[in-house]
Amino acid sequence: MTALENLFGPAWPAVWTLAKIVAIVAPLFLGVAYLTLAERKVIGYMQVRIGPNRVGPKGWLQPIADGLKLLFKEIIVPSGANKFLFILAPMLAIAPAMAAWAVVPFSPEVVLADVDAGLLYVMAITSMGVYGVIVAGWASNSKYAFLGSLRSAAQIVSYEIAMGFALVGVLLAAQSMNLTQIVNGQQGGGFWNWYFVPLFPMFLVYLIAGVAETNRAPFDVAEGESELVAGFHVEYSGMAFAVFFLAEYANMILVATMTAIMFLGGWLPPFNVVPFTWVPSFIWLAAKVAFVLFLFLWFRATFPRYRYDQIMRLGWKVFIPVTLVWLMVVAGWMLTPAWVW
Amino acid sequence: MSFKVFIFYFFSVVLLLAAVRVITARNPVHSALFLVLAFFTAAGLWMLLEAEFLAISLVLVYVGAVMVLFLFVVMMLDINLEELRQGFWDYLPHGLIVGGLMVVEMAMVLGARYTEAGWADLGEQVSNTKALGQVLYTQYVYPFELAAVLLLIAIVAAIALTLRRRKDTKYQNPAKQVQVKRGDRVRLVSMPAEKAKKGE
Repeated sequence: MTALENLFGPAWPAVWTLAKIVAIVAPLFLGVAYLTLAERKVIGYMQVRIGPNRVGPKGWLQPIADGLKLLFKEIIVPSGANKFLFILAPMLAIAPAMAAWAVVPFSPEVVLADVDAGLLYVMAITSMGVYGVIVAGWASNSKYAFLGSLRSAAQIVSYEIAMGFALVGVLLAAQSMNLTQIVNGQQGGGFWNWYFVPLFPMFLVYLIAGVAETNRAPFDVAEGESELVAGFHVEYSGMAFAVFFLAEYANMILVATMTAIMFLGGWLPPFNVVPFTWVPSFIWLAAKVAFVLFLFLWFRATFPRYRYDQIMRLGWKVFIPVTLVWLMVVAGWMLTPAWVW
Repeated sequence: MSFKVFIFYFFSVVLLLAAVRVITARNPVHSALFLVLAFFTAAGLWMLLEAEFLAISLVLVYVGAVMVLFLFVVMMLDINLEELRQGFWDYLPHGLIVGGLMVVEMAMVLGARYTEAGWADLGEQVSNTKALGQVLYTQYVYPFELAAVLLLIAIVAAIALTLRRRKDTKYQNPAKQVQVKRGDRVRLVSMPAEKAKKGE
């Protein structure tokens, strides 16, 4: 390590940070690739099919083949489209999906930036992801794409409020916005010390709002293939489309990770006794993220798409009041000795 | 020139260029997007001053919510730019007066501290979320609550002014919908099998 440090001299901190970023983003993309395969397999089995099994042993190379196919396809810019914004939109979608990972802790010590306002940072960065969708819909010069982007803008802004209130509950319970400290605040005997117990309504709201934020079924009206063909990305092809795809799945993994960190105890084992504490902390986090991701896929296979006005009703008239009331309950609860978290 | 100073000038240049483009761009959607860029760069500058709470809330509130709705409206408008441009020279003096006043006011506020201005070095351990919260809810609690009430009134007023309930629209009552039992919708009728008549 010191030899490398001497080699790069004053540029070393930048090089080292860059190496750490690559160490986060590369596995993330691998995770995205195999999440698409997992999705097709899981939904396949839920619908009594087998799913992709042709490319490579048992279909393991399917995502690689898909990626290569999309890479070599032509990107068609529709006539009358705003070319600059058309190309910029996928980048606007994927940049926040990756930038948010800067503050995510993977185990007690492993985090790129251990900042105090981590929770706030994640909220701010993920709230920018909607620009990719809006700009794509507008720049495409297509009615379907435009309608999809309008729907998405209204939906994401609505659910962000409920999501934000759910997070306020977490920071109230943890008394910190630092993600590492939030996980440490859930330490104790086992899973009953995690925040999903006292904050159960907020856990549900966060999870469901997370599905809506990532435009996943049953809240995928921005795509709505039965009404809008493919919604905001109807005009995109090749790699430009693939980048939207990557952003959606990266956001799914991000929401799953945030759920695991804030409500499911992050890297903490479910029982603080010997066979469970032997397992490395990263494995526990990965297992919890995988569980939440499985829920995402399960939702998609199970629920029909919500009607648009019902989505809005759920966000504004159900989730926001629920979180507001529970915030008061938690704040009062914390003043009593009955608060043991 | 230290790296921090370089970042400051870089952000400042981007901010100023974006701000100029907001008012010079021909397309209103471009203007709105440049405004987003301006907000984001301003947040970067605040981050440089270690005011991370303000910087992040600027991004969260203005970039993440206000500008999304703004863009939402601007995208749907069919604005005739020529008409808008006609009034430019008439409005310019007013704009200059207001702008000039704001510059003078800011200069008066900042002027006193200008001589000792430098990089704010708050040290590692100060969480300015906590600091801000403590001040807001103790020393400035009444102004803060008043501002909140004012905002609430504004929200209620905006809704009251624009809400027109049409009499002929049909809407659903989900509370009633979920109470529906099977018996309210489906009736099972037991019918004896009919025999076909001759000739049919």
